[in-house]
Amino acid sequence: MKQEHKCDFMNLPASKNMNNDRRDFLKKMGLIGGGIIIYCTIGNTGRSIAQPGFGSTPDFNAFLRIGIDERVTCFIGKVDMGQGTITSFPQLVAEELDVAYDRVDMVMGDTDTCPWDIGTGGSMSIRIVGVQVRSAAAEAKGVLKLLAAEYLKCPVERLKTKDGVVFDTKKSDSKVTYGTLAKGNIIEKHLETKPSVTSPDSFEFIGKPYFHQDAHKKVTGMAQYAGDIRLPDMLYAGILRPPVHGALLKSADLTEAKKIEGVQVIEDDNFIAVLHEAPDIARMALSMIKAEFDLPSTSLNDKNIYEHLVKTPVQPQIKEKKGDIEEGVKLAKELFEETYLSAYVAHAPMETHTSLATIENGKVTIWASTQSPFAIQRTVAEGMKLPADKVRVITPFVGGAFGGKLTMVTDSNLEALEAARLAQLTGRPVQVSFSRAEEFFYDTFRPAAIVKIKSGIDGSGKIVFWNNDVYMAGDGGTEVIYDIPHQMVNIYGTWMMPPPGAHPFRVGPWRAPGVPNNIHAKEMQISLMAAKAGVDPLEFRLRHLKDEKMIGVLKAAAKKFGYKPAKPVSGRGIGISCGIDVDTYVAHIGEIEVDKKTGEIRVKRVVCVYDMGLCINPQGTKIQMEGACIMSMGYALSEGIRFSDGAILDKNFDTYRIPGFSWVPKIETVILKKDNDPPHGAGEPAVIGMGALIATGLFDATGARLFEMPMTPERVRAALNKV
Amino acid sequence: MKEKISFTINDKPVTLEVEGDRELLWVLRTELGLTGTKYGCGEGVCGACTVLVDNEAIQSCQVRIRDVAGSKVTTIEGLEKDGNLHPLQKAFVDHDALQCGFCTPGMIMKAHSILTENPNAKKEEIVNAMDGNLCRCGAHPRIIDAIVDAAKILKKG
Ligand code: FES
Ligand code: FES
Repeated sequence: MKQEHKCDFMNLPASKNMNNDRRDFLKKMGLIGGGIIIYCTIGNTGRSIAQPGFGSTPDFNAFLRIGIDERVTCFIGKVDMGQGTITSFPQLVAEELDVAYDRVDMVMGDTDTCPWDIGTGGSMSIRIVGVQVRSAAAEAKGVLKLLAAEYLKCPVERLKTKDGVVFDTKKSDSKVTYGTLAKGNIIEKHLETKPSVTSPDSFEFIGKPYFHQDAHKKVTGMAQYAGDIRLPDMLYAGILRPPVHGALLKSADLTEAKKIEGVQVIEDDNFIAVLHEAPDIARMALSMIKAEFDLPSTSLNDKNIYEHLVKTPVQPQIKEKKGDIEEGVKLAKELFEETYLSAYVAHAPMETHTSLATIENGKVTIWASTQSPFAIQRTVAEGMKLPADKVRVITPFVGGAFGGKLTMVTDSNLEALEAARLAQLTGRPVQVSFSRAEEFFYDTFRPAAIVKIKSGIDGSGKIVFWNNDVYMAGDGGTEVIYDIPHQMVNIYGTWMMPPPGAHPFRVGPWRAPGVPNNIHAKEMQISLMAAKAGVDPLEFRLRHLKDEKMIGVLKAAAKKFGYKPAKPVSGRGIGISCGIDVDTYVAHIGEIEVDKKTGEIRVKRVVCVYDMGLCINPQGTKIQMEGACIMSMGYALSEGIRFSDGAILDKNFDTYRIPGFSWVPKIETVILKKDNDPPHGAGEPAVIGMGALIATGLFDATGARLFEMPMTPERVRAALNKV
Repeated sequence: MKEKISFTINDKPVTLEVEGDRELLWVLRTELGLTGTKYGCGEGVCGACTVLVDNEAIQSCQVRIRDVAGSKVTTIEGLEKDGNLHPLQKAFVDHDALQCGFCTPGMIMKAHSILTENPNAKKEEIVNAMDGNLCRCGAHPRIIDAIVDAAKILKKG
């Protein structure tokens, strides 16, 4: 099967030990119970980017075990940090293998038992690994039929499956359960010809709404997150942190801290940790250390950063080039030239970064709150000079992540290696859990970005050129979806590879990396042009669209919303936005209200529509869409990290305001039925349009043109004053 | 200085010998192994650590263990009775009112106290009273629906 997704990752040469890796892996599986093992490989397993010698990197990326207890276990390297894949993967397995949903167990994100994985992000779990799992399950069913043919002594063509049983269609008492077939040792099977997967009209599990299958554990407090795992004799660490980025430790007076009963202080070069059997006492002792630092002077802050970023030298990449911008400018009757800004945004998951490490018989085991267990395995193995198989990373429940616990280029789980080192130095299990202030300090923020757009319309209201320069956000969402004869898009630095010296601290992927920044700018620009042309903003978009899918989501959103066209600025506060993310087409239409005195914006209603191809779990997707819309009101309205001279001024939720209950609008979601298309991303696309929805809504309500996110009351008031 | 402190935890009496000015949150999590109560901010601004002290929701990161001496403390682990979920827990499951679930215990405990105080709380009142409990995943509308629903069931008895 051809994979038609974008793979935005680096490409390194593959290692040559594929077969060894597989044998090792199956041996390990034998140790945990045997049964029938089905592994599968489709498209790029990602192994080409796994460092040779680090981690198990077999040439398959998903597999299933059918046990003699009739249970099916699916092992994948992805993790579930709340997005609900632990609920939707079993749907795929149940569908293709023909077993009951609740007979499928998931083992996710354990480096000892799951195949190597790049990390959970980019809404890739279902659209890539899900496709593989589905096909592995279909293949497993084929294998079971072959085994049953032998067992029942009947030609395979006569066999059918139902609910975990293979039976002879000609002799109804001739049947055998999957578990019986699995008896004995490991049976490693691979089919010569790949069986086809179930067609949509026969779906029994796929496309049906499934609720979080782990909800019971979560509502009873039984769900264990990394910080909840307790080992005998464990210690909790508080680590001395610099007050600002780039500070160097000059001296530390540990006298007072050492006086606290039960405290253990570790000094290892500039690394100072205070450990205690109680986390709060460790923290208290930590606060008694008198440390002096050499402070750098960067003079950068959240106000002057944009000027600095635009000036940072970087070679631009041409993303789109069509026609000739100069020709376009000549055709234009009205010119538009705007600069859009968006601030650094924190991931701020409710669970801070946490790892627990223990070392037994020379093997390090780490329970980590992460999106990248295999990246941690590698960092810890390198950091402790151990072979990879001496490091096991287990991912328990994860309390939110949003890209902040995903290691792409920057190590996003610093605390894991710290815990491992401390476990080694103390000889006891050690937990390192970030305080909220540490979480804000070490977060790999969504980078601040600048998007410049020059565009023009001719006398008939047709867009004639589009000249777009993007600084630091990257190319996510920059494709020109509208039909414009002359276009040019240049990318200056990306979120993944920022030019050196650009950002005063670490940045990284944030749910739909870069896309919300770009969509905010692009869709606001479109609405400004529509207004100048005197055309309703929805009509203006439709006139310039050719892509049927985009037209489809916009029309569906308009229908759900009950959209009535009006000449802009209509005074109604209706915002609109559309775009593509992780191959899913998404449209937002909503209504906002602005208090002209205070400048406060309230989102009243949001309609969000997806064309995401085959939707495995409409319930899970709906929840992701709602959650994404709510979370995104934060970057649009209030969230922007304040910093100065390397210090992160926002240290907690009192100043860094995230959306709360009183913010929540009425949210309606629509998922277009596209069962015959492959599944696309679900968790991110609803994030991309909320900034644009609110900016265009504010413009429609008042004529105020606000180009900077977050759209704080102060900025709204300033924009209103210019109307 | 360690002191002897007695209180009731999830209907069972307990006496601990701990430093009296330790925060309830950490004593619950470490001394009592009740890890359902979460740390989210440590400064009383997220609600993840919410528990009931004498049926009233408090943020356990803001209370010293000494101050709960003689009180009745209830955590998320204490809501399920005889294997039956509390109506609020059940409503959270039925409404799929969670994603990562990290905020969930605090949400349920806060809701518990709102409904104890005012069994007739209206939706708007619930929304306002819940505003100090943060959820980064955006499960808000479902959480409110779950609480409204549980209120109805609790009233029926
Ligand atoms: S941890 Fe207590 S309110 Fe946040
Ligand atoms: S469900 Fe994740 S923080 Fe609320």
